[in-house]
Amino acid sequence: MDIRLQIEPFDPGALLTAFSQGRLETGAVVSFTGLMRAEGGEADTLELDAYPGFTEAEIGRTAAAAVARFGLQDVLVAHRYGVMAPGEPIVFVATAAAHRRAAFEAADHLMDYLKSRAPFWKRSCGPSGDRWIEPTTQDHQDAARWDAPEPKETP
Amino acid sequence: MARVLLFGMLGDAAGWRERTLAEVPATLSALRALLSAETPRLAEALARPGVQAAVDKTLARGDVALTQGCEVAFLPPMSGG
Repeated sequence: MDIRLQIEPFDPGALLTAFSQGRLETGAVVSFTGLMRAEGGEADTLELDAYPGFTEAEIGRTAAAAVARFGLQDVLVAHRYGVMAPGEPIVFVATAAAHRRAAFEAADHLMDYLKSRAPFWKRSCGPSGDRWIEPTTQDHQDAARWDAPEPKETP
Repeated sequence: MARVLLFGMLGDAAGWRERTLAEVPATLSALRALLSAETPRLAEALARPGVQAAVDKTLARGDVALTQGCEVAFLPPMSGG
């Protein structure tokens, strides 16, 4: 398991190549790369505030839980913080498993967590000013898909 | 000495993001009261629902004692990346 929080840009292709190497028992590697959107000119830059040390530890806890839940062989999360421009990669997730279903589902689950509950604070800076961005209802609903169902009351 | 960090909109409300206090308040709630008394806008921001605190990079549940050299971070609701 490898969790990276960094200011510097990263190369998603290089990360995926390195992650996929030397795996003799891995049948499936799934990766996701999140890029910054320009929002039709509304966003000049995106500023992500993170708490180095704390942010990686929190992401690591969720990643470790995903390894156990989906039976992953390995996981890599790389997340940038600081100031980003449209088109730049912000986040990269790769999962490795014996079979594809676990790798797909775990990557989907981790991205839902990273987009809605991970310790980041996000500010969009554009022509109409700066504003802090909260997760959307859709982000919350996406993340909630993975929550344990409420235990049924027994009569 | 204690290091205090403010994230997200809390930093905007206070006008600073990092500070070192020579005197360490006895508890997290005492620190919160001290900062709130200084800056009404920060007081308002800290009182919003979902604001959490971490002491030495561990989320604090309820009030906790602060020690010499500790690092306290105030965290607005996490927004994801």
